Amino acid sequence: MVHAFLIHTLRTPNAEATGFCRVLYSCVFGAEKSPDDPRPHGAERDRLLRKEQILAVARQVESMCQLQQLASGRPSLDLQTQICDEPVPLHESPHGVFGLAAGDPFREPHTVVWLGVLSLGFALVLDAHDNLLLAESTLRLLARLLLDHLRLLTPGSSLLLRADHVEGVLSRFLPHGQLLFLNDQFVQALEKEFSASWPR
Amino acid sequence: MFSAGEESLLHQAREIQDEELQRFCSRVSKLLQEDLGPATVDALQRLFLIISATKYVRRLEKTCVDLLQATLSLPTCSEQVQVLCAAILREMSPSDSLTLSCDHTQTPHQLSLVASVLLAQGDRREEVRRVSQHVFTVLESRQPEGPNLRPLLPVLSRVMGLAPGTLQEEDKSELEGSTLSVLSAASAGRQLLPQERLREVAFQYCKRLIEQSNRRALRKGDSDLQKACLVEAVRVLDVLCRQDPSFLYRSLSCLKALRGQLGQDPGSERALLPLAQFFLNHGAAAAVDSEAIYQHLFTRLPSERFYSPMLAFEVTRFCRNNLPLFDPQLLGLLKLSFPNLFKLLAWNSPPLTAEFVALLPALVDASTAVEMLHSLLDLPCLTAALDLHLRSSQTPSERPLWDPSLRTPGSLEAFRDPQLQPLFHYLLRTKASGSTERLVPLYQLLQPMAGCARVAQCAQAVPTLLQAFFSTVTQVADGALTNQLALLVLERSDALYHVPQYQAHVHRVLSSQFLALCKQKPSLVLELARELLELVGSVSNIQSRAGMFTCVVWAIGEYLSVTCDRRCTVELINKFFEALEALLFEVTQSRPSADLPWCPPQVVTVLMTTLTKLASRSQDLIPRVSLFLSKMRTLGQNPATSSVYREEDAEAIRTRATELRALLRMPSVAQFVLSPSAEVCQPRYHRDTNTALPLALRTVSRLVEREAGLLPG
Repeated sequence: MVHAFLIHTLRTPNAEATGFCRVLYSCVFGAEKSPDDPRPHGAERDRLLRKEQILAVARQVESMCQLQQLASGRPSLDLQTQICDEPVPLHESPHGVFGLAAGDPFREPHTVVWLGVLSLGFALVLDAHDNLLLAESTLRLLARLLLDHLRLLTPGSSLLLRADHVEGVLSRFLPHGQLLFLNDQFVQALEKEFSASWPR
Repeated sequence: MFSAGEESLLHQAREIQDEELQRFCSRVSKLLQEDLGPATVDALQRLFLIISATKYVRRLEKTCVDLLQATLSLPTCSEQVQVLCAAILREMSPSDSLTLSCDHTQTPHQLSLVASVLLAQGDRREEVRRVSQHVFTVLESRQPEGPNLRPLLPVLSRVMGLAPGTLQEEDKSELEGSTLSVLSAASAGRQLLPQERLREVAFQYCKRLIEQSNRRALRKGDSDLQKACLVEAVRVLDVLCRQDPSFLYRSLSCLKALRGQLGQDPGSERALLPLAQFFLNHGAAAAVDSEAIYQHLFTRLPSERFYSPMLAFEVTRFCRNNLPLFDPQLLGLLKLSFPNLFKLLAWNSPPLTAEFVALLPALVDASTAVEMLHSLLDLPCLTAALDLHLRSSQTPSERPLWDPSLRTPGSLEAFRDPQLQPLFHYLLRTKASGSTERLVPLYQLLQPMAGCARVAQCAQAVPTLLQAFFSTVTQVADGALTNQLALLVLERSDALYHVPQYQAHVHRVLSSQFLALCKQKPSLVLELARELLELVGSVSNIQSRAGMFTCVVWAIGEYLSVTCDRRCTVELINKFFEALEALLFEVTQSRPSADLPWCPPQVVTVLMTTLTKLASRSQDLIPRVSLFLSKMRTLGQNPATSSVYREEDAEAIRTRATELRALLRMPSVAQFVLSPSAEVCQPRYHRDTNTALPLALRTVSRLVEREAGLLPG
């Protein structure tokens, strides 16, 4: 089961450390039982912890992506000119997987599958024994749908004020963090239904 | 793509003040009551951003929160608005101010949205149980013509994942009925209990999937799905056989065909892992020889597909997770395959370093330890060789897997040079060979690749791996192996692939590990006397590996004594003394013929201290040392030495020389301080004020002060 899905910024590998890694969207699917905490404001502390855990994952993904970019000698993200309407070859985008040990930052050990598309990072936080192959293709599907539907490659477009679109995609293709086996035909049908019922 | 505009938007969302936020909440409340059109959507999107942009809690007006919750149950309301309301409530969670419940939801879709908010509360008020009960109720009361209940199944799955016990509390028959109808596989026909029927149907379904997996998919996207389904089907069969071993026979015949198929098609290797897992779990019961699968996994996969980050991770994880299940034969095969597994690490070091630190202890074996240490030290070399291997074997039309920005014609030529074939062949071997090859000729030839980012990343990982290696090997090493490892450490500290900063970091680890080996086996120094004498015989060794040198000299001082090894003779002590004395002379006493060689001040002080320690054990040497130490008083005070040693360092050296000289005036005290017996090192000795070392030291330092007062200058 997917524990969380997040979208965050990716900075180029060789840039000076200007700015921060920003989480642009995150969704935690069902939280583990909070530890018994008699102190007041436990709920707020839990929320704070969750946000920080997600940021920690985003930073690690950014770092892994940058290291992979450097190692493979690919041109830096800025220099990659991307024509807006051309589909992004997601199979060639940097991607990878790494493990999170128990306690760092989640209580249980998890696995992170990530994908970098230009300056956006997409990541799924999975249970340690999930079907990685399925998670990988689901992540690619989600990225493709979001990039297409939100036209994220067009300069000026952003997902910050369009969280509902992300939620709409997730509710159909990763409902409650459930990885789905969807064939191409079914995906197209779902996509059509989504485009029809969601004003842009 | 993340522009200044977006940065500013996030900033605004974070910085919005309480008062302004409450005004905005009022506006949202008004919109939610009156109009649920585009203006509301816009406002809700902004509210979502405000809540989610900060990790600190934002207090919203109660009216607003109540309206957000109520909107989720409205019969006529666009999905967009309801999704936004749910998202906002979820982003606020966990929160004590929510009063949401499943009771007012009208459709399965609404129930799913409400569940997403409730399940995010951290189960502080038994939300998981309440949601699951509501979902079961809805499922049980389903009508044939009723609304589609599909949206509830993921909720159920989530609930079972969060709290597996909830299922036990309910009557499962209805649940399984629903699941069966989702599977919509052919009915088994016979009358089976629901549990059995579920398993039978699942088995049939998986069998069909596996049989269909070798047909070509019409669309590219479906071929990825096919592989994922194959993996899942094998995993489900594994679970089935664990629950009910009677499925084993049928599963095996189903998987037999699969075995032959895998390995032909390049994309299919991912399914090899669940298959190997299956045989690991059930192979013994089924008396199946799964040797071929493991060979494929440990031998072929890493050498052919080391560059695939996903496969590399999965293979490593497979090894890590299943260590308790490996029988001695399989464990032996795993250990022998370490050179191959290291390829995964060498190519993908950032994500795999932590995995290998956990795996390494299982790979370490007394019979391959020496070979493994060499391999670890040569790991960056392996990265370079793998890169060259890819360059020379990949066809030009394929997208390059190596770094195209790095041009290394010289190294590529070397890779193809027949004379160097044996060395490269050794480096890229798939099994431990039992012997070691010196790869020094390769270091120079691979120098152009040392600047390659992948090589540098691998080099950064090596010190951590060395620590993991040594912490395990010291537990299994006998005396002979300890000696071998110590020698290896000394020898290799001067023979490393020159990646920037690699040498410095490795030296640090090797130095501390050398000392640890000596501490574990104090007689090491004596047994390696010949090699150590050779090391301290040449001043060039100071320059090439100062840190290592310091440790070695210190170890000589600590462990070359009768208390550490009865075989220690006066002759041996004298021999070391002479070698060290000559060295100290060379670096501190200026001669008209040559300039003083560069030498870090720590080396000078450790040489002096070690000479003093040796003298305290072979007291005939005391006059010689004292004389030398008195000559050190002028260090830094003549042009020759002041140009090599900074004033503060020279002063520290002079002070130390004086202290040591003072100590030597009381030989028995010197012996006590510098060569304490084992009991003296016990804490008890220091706490007991009558016998304590501090007393001795205090006495000595008082004497030294008096002495200093009497000395001129």
